[in-house]
Amino acid sequence: MIAFWIILTGSLVAITCGLLGCFLILRKMSMVGDAISHAVLPGIVIAFLLSGSRDTLPMILGAGATGLLTTFLTEYFHRRAGLQTDAAIGVVFTFLFAVGIILISAFAGQVDIDQDCVLYGEIAYVPIDLWVTANGTIMGPRPVYILSVVLILVVAFICVGYKELKLTSFDPAFASVLGISTALWHYLLTAAVSITTVSSFESVGAILVIAFLIGPPATAYLLTHNLKRMLAITAALGVFIAFAGYWMAYWLNASIAGCMAVVTGLCFLGVFSMQRIRSSRIQPPIADPAAG
Amino acid sequence: MIVHTQEPILEVHDLMVTYGRKPVLWGVDFTLPSGCIAGIVGPNGAGKSTLLKTIMGLITPSSGYIKLFDRSLDEVRSQVSYVPQRESVDWDFPVSVLDVVLMGRYGKVGLLRNTGPRDRDIAMDCLDKVGMSAYTKRQISQLSGGQQQRVFLARALAQEADLYFMDEPFAGVDAATEQTIIALLREMASAGKTIVVVHHDLQSARAYFDWIVLLNMHLVAAGPTNEVFTEETIQQAYGGRLNLLSQVGDVMEKRAFPSRER
Repeated sequence: MIAFWIILTGSLVAITCGLLGCFLILRKMSMVGDAISHAVLPGIVIAFLLSGSRDTLPMILGAGATGLLTTFLTEYFHRRAGLQTDAAIGVVFTFLFAVGIILISAFAGQVDIDQDCVLYGEIAYVPIDLWVTANGTIMGPRPVYILSVVLILVVAFICVGYKELKLTSFDPAFASVLGISTALWHYLLTAAVSITTVSSFESVGAILVIAFLIGPPATAYLLTHNLKRMLAITAALGVFIAFAGYWMAYWLNASIAGCMAVVTGLCFLGVFSMQRIRSSRIQPPIADPAAG
Repeated sequence: MIVHTQEPILEVHDLMVTYGRKPVLWGVDFTLPSGCIAGIVGPNGAGKSTLLKTIMGLITPSSGYIKLFDRSLDEVRSQVSYVPQRESVDWDFPVSVLDVVLMGRYGKVGLLRNTGPRDRDIAMDCLDKVGMSAYTKRQISQLSGGQQQRVFLARALAQEADLYFMDEPFAGVDAATEQTIIALLREMASAGKTIVVVHHDLQSARAYFDWIVLLNMHLVAAGPTNEVFTEETIQQAYGGRLNLLSQVGDVMEKRAFPSRER
């Protein structure tokens, strides 16, 4: 049962992150995922200090606000100072993350979170973080419910905005001319990434969130030239990674989040090498038909 | 020399565009009649694409205004179509040729709704017009430059607009595609559509366009081709650029003795 809950949690996070990650890498903003997953830290701490609880809703609001702030500041420095986007991201997210660390250490006594928890998380504790109703019924692990809701929201968001997300990613200028606001969809996507990040990393940690945001979509991108198929492969790959990562950790007696991230990398490497081998077999006759 | 028209379909009024503090376009003031194929011509860095992007609302002008069908762009979006420069998008994006052409229908379909069978039929029809109906399912990464341009054109056609803006549709395409495109543009113009094309090649400009806007950061000339596209105005727009002067000479020569191509 423990294995089931952990793998389920891993899969939920992997699918949610992966679906959003597909659009991130197609928009060439992979690093935005990285940035947001770190930059939401001060938002979480401030939300915690204000609300005095570790409830999910204030956390999500705090994270959503800082996620949008990160995007806004990045865009602002990029436009106004003429700074390259990646440089702007680098400045903004390290600054916000550091502010978060200072807030945690300054209010150490009052804050029930630490940076280790945020960065590495502990997916192994998911099965004991139970949701107990008022009359004492045990409903199963709390994170599974939260992550399921987030997954449904993200899937709904992508279904509703599929064609807008696709068009603003492919050809923003054309989208604007049609009257579709590129800025609006940009912010909606970042908001979705912020919410996903904060609801995920409590259980799996920021590093694994980043791995799930970019790894499976990048692998799927190598495998297909069809956006819908890319989303489907990403989701399937996410479930596989959660499975393989868990059992790898079980056999090695190692960190589960770490093993899942490693499996993500191995998947990419495997697909990449397979394609290199295949293309090196096929290409010579095409490149030089006379040689054969 | 600027020739204005009565009841213009496009009116650009005393436009000025700046990047930061540096003006890149100023004193641009012209009108276009409906049903013409108009060329925006000028040397590199003359602000041709900037002008087009400003008309399409992608760049906000510092001063002046633009009217399409005597209204602002927001009121007539569904009647206006745009073909961006081919290099402006990532052709490795995981979509098929048909997907791209269907994007032309997104404005008509509206939010929350998907493209239906009717949109599909229109898209197929447009692909047929540009001679790309055999490539419907093809991934866009596998297209040649000319084919990419045809797909972009088909997407614009799918918008079923009345006024078309095209940014360098003839840049880097093969001769066959260039002929297909110009034939299509003429057909569209005779059906009452208005087409505005950014173009960099002086040689073909005279043959392709019946209205010319000659630009070099400021407006040099605008009006019917045979009235305003003269040696004098071309010199004015390209003046001082030695390598281009020879090209201007070439154009003049071609006018006197049209060369035959084999």
